[in-house]
Amino acid sequence: MTQLTRRKFIRITRSAILGSAAVAGSSLIMSRPGESAIGADGKTGNSSDEMVIPSYCDVCFMGCGINVTVKNGRAVKIEGNPVHPISRGKLCPRGTGGLGQLYDPDRLKTPLMRVSEDKFKEVSWDEALGFIAEKMKKIKEDYGPESLALLKHGKGADQFVKLWHDLGSKTEGHPSYAQCRGSRDAGWSLTFGKNPGGIERAALDKAEVVAFIGAHLGENMHNVTVQDYTTGLRNGARHIVVDPRFSVAAGKAKYWLPIKPGADIALLLAWMHVLIYEDLYDFEFVEEHTIGFEQLQSHVELTTPEWAATYTGLDAEDIRNTARELGEAVPNAFIFPGRRFAWYGDDTQRARAMAIINALLGAWGSETGIYLGDRIRIPKFPFPESHHEAAHALDVKYKYPLGQSTPVQDIIEASIPGRLKGGWQNAPVKGWLVYSTNLVRAVPNPEIIAEAAQHLDLLVVVETMPSEITGFADVVLPDTTYLERFDIMNAPEWKEPFVSIRQPVVKPLYQSKPGWWIARKLADKLGLGEAFNYDNFREVIEYQLNQLGSSIKDINSKGGVLKKEFEEPTMRFRTPSRKVELFSRQMLRAGYDPMPRYLKHPEPANGFYRLLYGRVPQHTFSRTTNNSMLMEVYPENRVWVHPDIAAVHNLKDGDYVVLKNQKGVRSNRVKVFVTKRIRQDCVYLPHGFGRTDRRLTRGFEVGADDNELLTEYKLDPITGSTGSQVNCVTFV
Amino acid sequence: MARYAMTIDLTTCVACDACVLACKMENNVPDGYHRDWTEQKLTETPRGLDLEMFSNRCHHCKNAPCVAVCPTGASFVKDGIVLVNKDLCVGCRHCISGCPYGARYFHPAGYVDKCTFCDHRLGSDREPACVEVCPTSSLVFGDVNDKNSEIYKLLKKRDNKVLKAEKKTKPKYYFLVSTVEKAKRSVA
Repeated sequence: MTQLTRRKFIRITRSAILGSAAVAGSSLIMSRPGESAIGADGKTGNSSDEMVIPSYCDVCFMGCGINVTVKNGRAVKIEGNPVHPISRGKLCPRGTGGLGQLYDPDRLKTPLMRVSEDKFKEVSWDEALGFIAEKMKKIKEDYGPESLALLKHGKGADQFVKLWHDLGSKTEGHPSYAQCRGSRDAGWSLTFGKNPGGIERAALDKAEVVAFIGAHLGENMHNVTVQDYTTGLRNGARHIVVDPRFSVAAGKAKYWLPIKPGADIALLLAWMHVLIYEDLYDFEFVEEHTIGFEQLQSHVELTTPEWAATYTGLDAEDIRNTARELGEAVPNAFIFPGRRFAWYGDDTQRARAMAIINALLGAWGSETGIYLGDRIRIPKFPFPESHHEAAHALDVKYKYPLGQSTPVQDIIEASIPGRLKGGWQNAPVKGWLVYSTNLVRAVPNPEIIAEAAQHLDLLVVVETMPSEITGFADVVLPDTTYLERFDIMNAPEWKEPFVSIRQPVVKPLYQSKPGWWIARKLADKLGLGEAFNYDNFREVIEYQLNQLGSSIKDINSKGGVLKKEFEEPTMRFRTPSRKVELFSRQMLRAGYDPMPRYLKHPEPANGFYRLLYGRVPQHTFSRTTNNSMLMEVYPENRVWVHPDIAAVHNLKDGDYVVLKNQKGVRSNRVKVFVTKRIRQDCVYLPHGFGRTDRRLTRGFEVGADDNELLTEYKLDPITGSTGSQVNCVTFV
Repeated sequence: MARYAMTIDLTTCVACDACVLACKMENNVPDGYHRDWTEQKLTETPRGLDLEMFSNRCHHCKNAPCVAVCPTGASFVKDGIVLVNKDLCVGCRHCISGCPYGARYFHPAGYVDKCTFCDHRLGSDREPACVEVCPTSSLVFGDVNDKNSEIYKLLKKRDNKVLKAEKKTKPKYYFLVSTVEKAKRSVA
């Protein structure tokens, strides 16, 4: 086999696919027994009767319960599942529009293999998987199993994780760590010994006062979080929104603090100062549960509101008043944890500052703050024991002793010979399997992905849609959508413990196959088939439900959800001191500041504006920007520009502009939204647009992509979080 | 006799469009058309910026101009709900220009279509699709003639307004004024 080059990103277009190779006849393509949709009544999705099948959503990763109406084998409606604890019969627009993903005519339909620098051909599953297995074996032989990396997102990746462990590789990463929640969770864990949860365990419905630091609920539409957030508003909760932008949440808040970007820690230190020096903190909680209060007290002695005002651009009185608003509501006040936390490279410290304030407010473990959850443990399926001691291509604990996972960008860089410095690389990374994550739109400085791709011996992408990352692949495998497959059940830690089922509501379209099937077939070809002791993942779910005293039939008769009584967990802090650590000795020992300090970040150059990015309610990352239903309600992103800045650059509302960053990288053209809802020193661009794959008939070159402009990032030394709000743009 | 109406709470609506998508699926609204939609209105007050967000739809007016201008009787009112009998509709579209709220559209199948408050769900335990889906619980539907209904109580309790009151159409889509207490805001 000749070495393939991937110098050119291939848009999977009709012309780029050689012919239309006949792939019929392969038994692998046929639908397997048990893969058809099963309703609560045991009927399949192909019955002519209308029926409603419960499952859980995957348009984002919260796992909301859905009820899908299926008529004559076609899904016609998705609604919130009324018995599901994190849906309560309601859904966000993205979940409601999930059928646009299932029935997207642009979906990947067959396995594709690269045949030259700019051509793919359609192949059978057997050929595609045979090719991948041979390459994987070769990499394992030549370099060791840890040279195979799994880059993934979501529940569908579960059986690939198993396959990787069976192979002997622990080289895994997901952008939801270093690009999103990693630094947040680390900061909270360093303080409380535990993070605030994948679905934040935040009593937005019960607190009297809540502060949001850039968190933009209402634009971020995580269903149950927004439900609780608006219940709070209805009950008269007073909100403090700290954001350079007048977000939707700012529009519903008592206070909007239009902070200068990058100065959040200064504000947080000033809040600590007021809480401590005006005796507005929760004495009992601090006395009983924390260590390091005295150090903290002297640490923030001089960080007064007046001190913070000079850095934050805020009025000192506003800083003082908002701190008092929080402190006077103790213990019914908290700071919301927030997500997409990778901003300025001091992100773990920002999370620490927020966690410390929550400790001062006595919010941890409180019913009106960051409460403790309970969960149902999903029983383990009796897979055969793996014989391997799995190894990792990187010595992550050496590089990030207090980190919690592997930053994806480090795995990407480890694929480029000689790139990673510091002697923490155990083995080269030679092969990637990318499951359901469009890395090119998730990881900053995306050019490095193109560079890494040149050095790989194998790049497999499993996806439902053509995307920027599929363009770099050797082999593209068409995944099923969440509406066509079984996946592991969802049982998050929550105030109402539950287990919910994901199951096919229709048969897989085209030749798409679920992740578990692909992993299982690949295991067969790798000689690891025995480790997958099931024929259909349905058996795994059935077994686990049986262990819980239920069955697929039974859980469906209960609306797709099993619940148990909430058992109040005891408040335990899994920190070295077994206390809430306001002062962190383990951070000090590892060479980090034991308490957060404010560090000034560089200002944009003259004529440049800091590029901020975020969500709109109708879209999830770049996953939905070809979904016909969601594109109809939110068809194109716009760049937010303050009227003063628009005047300087002679821009009018609705004009198209191109954004150019500090390095000269240019965006696709994007409409200008002239608004006083943003500060003069920054612009704002909703994420996920400006798609470059021509096959995306609705998303192609519509709006601009923020990620390609994020050519720089500031690394958080504690977690490897990629602080990406350090890029600036101007207009051309 | 029932008089159905709806309220939208300006305290909580975030204009996310879940209502629009739920309606489209429930009522088979064709691609590119919609029976409801969302709006955002930014105003500048002496106290700072103010952002009003709301879902919008037919206001089911008591004095419905669309019904008055309809030459065939296709547009009519039943229990306070303004409806179109598509078999009687000749597609003249006078009602579309007569509606002060822009709440009607011409269906590609050749008749005028609009919000029905999901009247096909009346009598079942289901709310209109927009009300059911709403993750912010901003919409309440019910009979304002029923003193035990949630909507009756809400309208008694909360300050509310209607849009374009000057048109004197007596709309039955009520906007509950935001109850958020707002400090004087700094402006960026």
